[in-house]
Amino acid sequence: MWAYILRRAALGVLTLFVISIISFAIIQLPPGDFVSTALAELAESGTETADEFAAQLRAEYGLDRHIVVQYGIWMGRVLQGDLGTSFFHQKPVLEVIGDRLPLSMLVSVSALVFTLLIAIPIGIYSAVRQYSAGDHIATFLGFLGLATPNFLLALVMLYAGFLWLDVSLAGLFSVEYATAPWSLAKLGDLLVHLPIPAIVLGTAGAAQLIRITRANLLDEKRQPYVTTARAKGLSNRRAIGKYPVRVAMNPVASSVGLLFPNIVSGAVIVSVVLSLPTMGPVLLSSLLSQDMYLAGAIILLLGAFTVLGVFLSDLALMWLDPRIRHGNL
Amino acid sequence: MGTSERPPPRPGDTGGGNVAVLVEEDRISVAPQWKLMWWRFRKHKVAVSAGFVIAAFYLVALLANFFAYSDPDDSRPAQSFIPPSPIQWFAEDGTFGPYVHPLVGERDFETFKKVWEADETVSIPIQLFARGYEYKLLGLFDTDIHLIGVPEGYESESTIFLLGTDNFGRDIFSRLVLATRTSLTIGLVGVFLSLVLGVTLGGISGYYGGVPDSIIQRIIEILRSVPVIPLWLGIAAALPLTWSPTRIYFSITIIISLIGWTTLGREVRGRFLQLRHEDFIMAARLCGARDGRIIRVHMVPLLTSHIIAATTLAVPLMIIAETSLSFLGLGLRPPAISWGVMLQDAQNVQTVAQAIWMLIPVAPVILAVLAFNFLGDGVRDAADPYGG
Repeated sequence: MWAYILRRAALGVLTLFVISIISFAIIQLPPGDFVSTALAELAESGTETADEFAAQLRAEYGLDRHIVVQYGIWMGRVLQGDLGTSFFHQKPVLEVIGDRLPLSMLVSVSALVFTLLIAIPIGIYSAVRQYSAGDHIATFLGFLGLATPNFLLALVMLYAGFLWLDVSLAGLFSVEYATAPWSLAKLGDLLVHLPIPAIVLGTAGAAQLIRITRANLLDEKRQPYVTTARAKGLSNRRAIGKYPVRVAMNPVASSVGLLFPNIVSGAVIVSVVLSLPTMGPVLLSSLLSQDMYLAGAIILLLGAFTVLGVFLSDLALMWLDPRIRHGNL
Repeated sequence: MGTSERPPPRPGDTGGGNVAVLVEEDRISVAPQWKLMWWRFRKHKVAVSAGFVIAAFYLVALLANFFAYSDPDDSRPAQSFIPPSPIQWFAEDGTFGPYVHPLVGERDFETFKKVWEADETVSIPIQLFARGYEYKLLGLFDTDIHLIGVPEGYESESTIFLLGTDNFGRDIFSRLVLATRTSLTIGLVGVFLSLVLGVTLGGISGYYGGVPDSIIQRIIEILRSVPVIPLWLGIAAALPLTWSPTRIYFSITIIISLIGWTTLGREVRGRFLQLRHEDFIMAARLCGARDGRIIRVHMVPLLTSHIIAATTLAVPLMIIAETSLSFLGLGLRPPAISWGVMLQDAQNVQTVAQAIWMLIPVAPVILAVLAFNFLGDGVRDAADPYGG
């Protein structure tokens, strides 16, 4: 069991390492280092700058050193909680992000919860009543959900809300709460707005999970032990619900780990369309204005969040599946 | 692979008497593998229709400029946001003859929106194979013949608006047709690259096992737990702005395929693991065949159909990736025309509320993705004609 946990954790750390290298590369790729950007800004505001000053700045930030050393310095700062400064906002990155990170997490996790709440019951229903009208409808909607990029779904929902309900479905807060300090009323407002992004983000994953649940339960339903259980007089509900459903849940649980990165990833685009106060819009605007420190930091944070989510889903899988717990897999 | 094994006669076949069953069985037992696959695929009605849809899409892509009737780059601010106006098929006396009425725009002084009214006193006939803007057919011949158009003296740019116009007054139908060409072809490079990476790395992983397998498997696991869109966005934004749009886009497809090969890689690895222990592989090895020969001559041909299926299923992912990136303004950029670029103009709800037809490019995206998925599913089922 510990070997499994250790292996998954090591893989998570390795993933994070890869993501950090890519984030660093994204910061470094655009021409010129950030001292030249800073100098250009100083020159623009009329301050005379000397080459010596530039060299001094470069030495201070280690920009004259080898690229690996630079990565080390950057990583060291990140680990101490210093993510750098955003040029565009002229503020530390962490200040710019503010409570966008927790809100991003909230949106992604609620999308995942929505996915599971919708997909598992529908998948079970589809398998138990195979080829019924309900099964066909679920399969059709599943295919449609898979084929629709979620940002398009967001656009269509925005339009539908505008047209029929005459309300704006965008954002996570009503106007009066948007800048208000946290309170119980603001939390309530958040909960009212949360379902739309959760549904938009969760649909594609739900479609996938319905198919997985259905296929696995169909396989399991045909096993002889289910026939035996029925022959011994168990009700249909117990004969299916007691064992086959639990066995069929294992592949579902392991696909959650694959689903989660997609949700975090999709949330970036969806939050731009729905103008949510999460990481997505800031990431996009920072990339469009070439504010690379901010962009790199956000990519790193989203990566860390994803790795954490995948690790937690691995732990959940271990709890669900005794074969993993007892080290046979 | 036993062609000598006779599949059990299907219940539906027994109606024609014993002779018919025997003939049917003989037909199956002597058929080559690809024929069995084709028969099986043919039974999958949804997949066959999906195949026709995709063929139609690529026909449109191939002859895009022929199907378009207006110059897609011709912007006319005065005629922005004209709603879709269908062709009238019958004249008032009931005779067949397609025509359109010219549209006259008037400013509504209460809402300041421009309202377009058809001038029913004038009818402009629609002609087949009419002359329009000049283009190169198939990139070879200079021509100005289009599928539909208006007679000389009129311009189709200011008369036909099948799907309306966008914010710059450009014809959406014509742009959509050209966008189809871009969106359906530009991803194929990426798919091909994923294919090469997936088959090579998945093959090494499955054939050799051991240390290379563990390393490649870990790489796949890492790539699969990375949130890809932020990374694409980051890399797309970090590419030099001085590059041409096409060069940037090719770089992006390469990046997408560097992450996208994992699905195919897993599939190929699984098949190789299965095949590795088959008797005929052992026989080949005992005869002294080298690894490269075993993989090329004995293993990969068996997997061709699976690889085709996996490739078909990889195309929609590319389409969605391109659409998402361009939609956010980080993929293809104007003047390139793709579905994502067109949807970029429909980003805010104000535009959409004013001109719902700006969302029309959503339809081909969904249709193409669905069709590729159904076709891929069908091919995958048919790929193994001896099972199930």
